[in-house]
Amino acid sequence: MNPWPFVIAVYVIIVPGTALLIAHSFYKMRRAERLVDKLKKKK
Amino acid sequence: MHVFANPTKFLSIARPLTPILLWSGLLLVIGGALYGLFVAPADRLMGETVRIIYVHVPSAWLGPAGWTGIAICSIVQLVWRHPLAGIAARAIAVPGAFFSAICLITGSIWGRPAWGTWWQWDGRLTSMLVLFFLYLGYIALAQASSERGSVSRVAAIFGIVGAVNIPIINRSVVWWNSLHQKASISLSGSTIDSSFLWPLLATALGFGLIFGAVVLMRMRAAIAEIKVEARMRRMADI
Repeated sequence: MNPWPFVIAVYVIIVPGTALLIAHSFYKMRRAERLVDKLKKKK
Repeated sequence: MHVFANPTKFLSIARPLTPILLWSGLLLVIGGALYGLFVAPADRLMGETVRIIYVHVPSAWLGPAGWTGIAICSIVQLVWRHPLAGIAARAIAVPGAFFSAICLITGSIWGRPAWGTWWQWDGRLTSMLVLFFLYLGYIALAQASSERGSVSRVAAIFGIVGAVNIPIINRSVVWWNSLHQKASISLSGSTIDSSFLWPLLATALGFGLIFGAVVLMRMRAAIAEIKVEARMRRMADI
């Protein structure tokens, strides 16, 4: 059995998966912190 | 510990720490994975499939470690009423569930060439699947019963009770017959050759740092959401 398709499949899952987790958390944080700044300026 | 109970003080540490953890984590993961994929030798028994170890083992450590973090934060929340403990527990849940899922998926992919099967209902695999379901339950419960960005007491109790699964995952390969190998790395040492061990430790530390950065980002988001909610309420009162 050729092992490389299994090895490649693992890295194909982990790379975009981790990138998505980081991007989602970063976007959530930036959006919430921007809103705080916006409300502070309004005051 | 109560020094960090003040969100302003916490944010003054979390803001500079987030990019440090994230970038050093990414560097370690990329370096370790590239070394593991292209420089480290193939294993005598497992052949090229051993290269899955650099992703599978860190995620297998981080899944249970995340729940241990939830349990500790839940105890701190219930006993000392630390205002950031519930926020931290909630922030750990999503990356914890992610790494548990990655562990299950990569383990299943590794199982096919190594054991000849994608899945086996043995102690290690089943207890890890239970952990993943516990995470999903915790996320749903924390969202349904959130209290000012933190989690409710019910979710905190669930976080503590769910921790009973952690020693089961750890000891499952000792207590029951399993296709899964016994622990190769422990506090007393390692049975893995250094050519595999160093890139593995690099990716494990790297994923750990990324996990920490993600938790900090989600905590910062939760604190900001609380601030927005409080400000909106005050504006509505005026």
